Amino acid sequence: MRKLLQLVSAAALIATIVPSVMFLTGSLDLSQTKLAMLIATIVWFIATPLWMGQPPEQLEHEEVVL
Amino acid sequence: MADDQSQPTGEFEREPVTQRSLLGFKSFIGMYAGEHCAGTELMLGPLFVAAGVSAYDLIVGLLLGNALAVLSWTLLTAPIAVRARLTLYYQLEKICGRKLVTLYNLANGVMFCFLAGSMITVSATALGVWFDFPMPGLNDVYPNSVGWVLAVLAIGTAISIVAAYGYEMVSRIANIAAPWMVLVFLAFGLVGLKEFIDVNNSQINSLSDLWHLAQTSIWKGGEPLEGQVKFTFWYVTFFAWFCNMAMHIGMSDLSVFRFAKYSWYGIATAAGMYVGHFMAWISASMLYALQLHNDPVNTDVLPGPLAYKACGIAGLICVIIAGWTTANPTIYRAGLAFQAIVPNKSRFAVTLFTGAVATIAGMFPAIAMQLLGFVALYGLLLMPMGAVVFADFWLLKRLGLQPYYADHRGLSFNWAAGLTWFITLGICLGLVKSGIKINGFEPFQIWFVALPGWFIATAMYIALSKFYQQRTT
Repeated sequence: MRKLLQLVSAAALIATIVPSVMFLTGSLDLSQTKLAMLIATIVWFIATPLWMGQPPEQLEHEEVVL
Repeated sequence: MADDQSQPTGEFEREPVTQRSLLGFKSFIGMYAGEHCAGTELMLGPLFVAAGVSAYDLIVGLLLGNALAVLSWTLLTAPIAVRARLTLYYQLEKICGRKLVTLYNLANGVMFCFLAGSMITVSATALGVWFDFPMPGLNDVYPNSVGWVLAVLAIGTAISIVAAYGYEMVSRIANIAAPWMVLVFLAFGLVGLKEFIDVNNSQINSLSDLWHLAQTSIWKGGEPLEGQVKFTFWYVTFFAWFCNMAMHIGMSDLSVFRFAKYSWYGIATAAGMYVGHFMAWISASMLYALQLHNDPVNTDVLPGPLAYKACGIAGLICVIIAGWTTANPTIYRAGLAFQAIVPNKSRFAVTLFTGAVATIAGMFPAIAMQLLGFVALYGLLLMPMGAVVFADFWLLKRLGLQPYYADHRGLSFNWAAGLTWFITLGICLGLVKSGIKINGFEPFQIWFVALPGWFIATAMYIALSKFYQQRTT
């Protein structure tokens, strides 16, 4: 689960910067860029607190409980 | 700019850090990269443009100035830190005595309050986008609308209450937000660059095309805006070098690097300098240059609207988080500094009081709008004590004098250190006021004077120690 969350966070980070790169190259307009960055931001702040700063064993325990 | 939010606390306050508690190189990279991507970067970048900086002066000045800052940490701060492995405060107490350290705490706390105030100002500009109240202009000194006062009050109160309860939660949010925030800062620059290309109908096919655009449209140089000092190469270089002077030459980061295995870990500060004080400043300055390009009359330096135009709500969130996560620990630290002066008061009450002072300071836009000068003053104020630590550690014993003299003699106020601090500051401020010109250039402006000041302080501490130790031994 921890690895999956880390993958989601990594994807969110990439999705935070890629829209502005695409805007620079003319592949996205500014409103699309802003929307994509907002979605990436939401995903980052939902996924990352679930693993960053959490001890791995606590996550494992929660998985068992769930 | 940054505060010392990531300093390890609660351990080894009055004893050397043990070998088992040392941290790896990566810890310092992460700490500095996150710490120096703060809310104030969104003010400082635009203020360079307001100061009429040119492309060459900005880019090369920042490259050189940040390199000098990294070298200062690596060659001045870290070598003492890994040998003594003490906090700055404990080391100062051993050199200066408890009463002089209390005075140092007071000066540090007051400057922290104003710094936190400017961070609250930055966050409040984001609320202005949502609530559309009049916001302060570049040369405003006093608050200019009820909406502005209420916005600063709301953010300042919230930050102060959280700081009073302890900032562990905000510290965690800061750590989580750091990687994302760095990328949003980068996005500011990319979006700003694209908009510049579009408004100029430029074709960028090579680096020389990009450099041409930077020189002719983004950082054109020329006269500064009204009320601002013209910044050229040496101004940018010295500002980048000295803006964290309190931390490196002033030795505040002894408390951080006492956990380093080797002194070369000081180069980890490059992560903070070249992410925060290079990329972030350049990105933020591009957004402001674009605003001026589109509307030369609109000189307002307002991070909220600038970020919103570039990156929408994600940009606004970045402004709020960048301001909040740095103001919060700054208020907490200022509270701790003040509590050392009034130990019978609770930390909760002192932090709330500190937050109130910072909030009131944040209502006055003059501090944030004149941040270039304020930051230089902050470094200058604490620099002489860094010189005292340096001379005490490396030179006194070799000159036949007693280091850690207050500790050795049981003094509460080492007059050699105290007078070094006061007289150096007096000389430096006198030089700034003198307006002395050499070939039409003022070498003793607030941005430069700390360099001769450090040598004055070092020499004075040695001379005064010789006199003082002979009299009191």
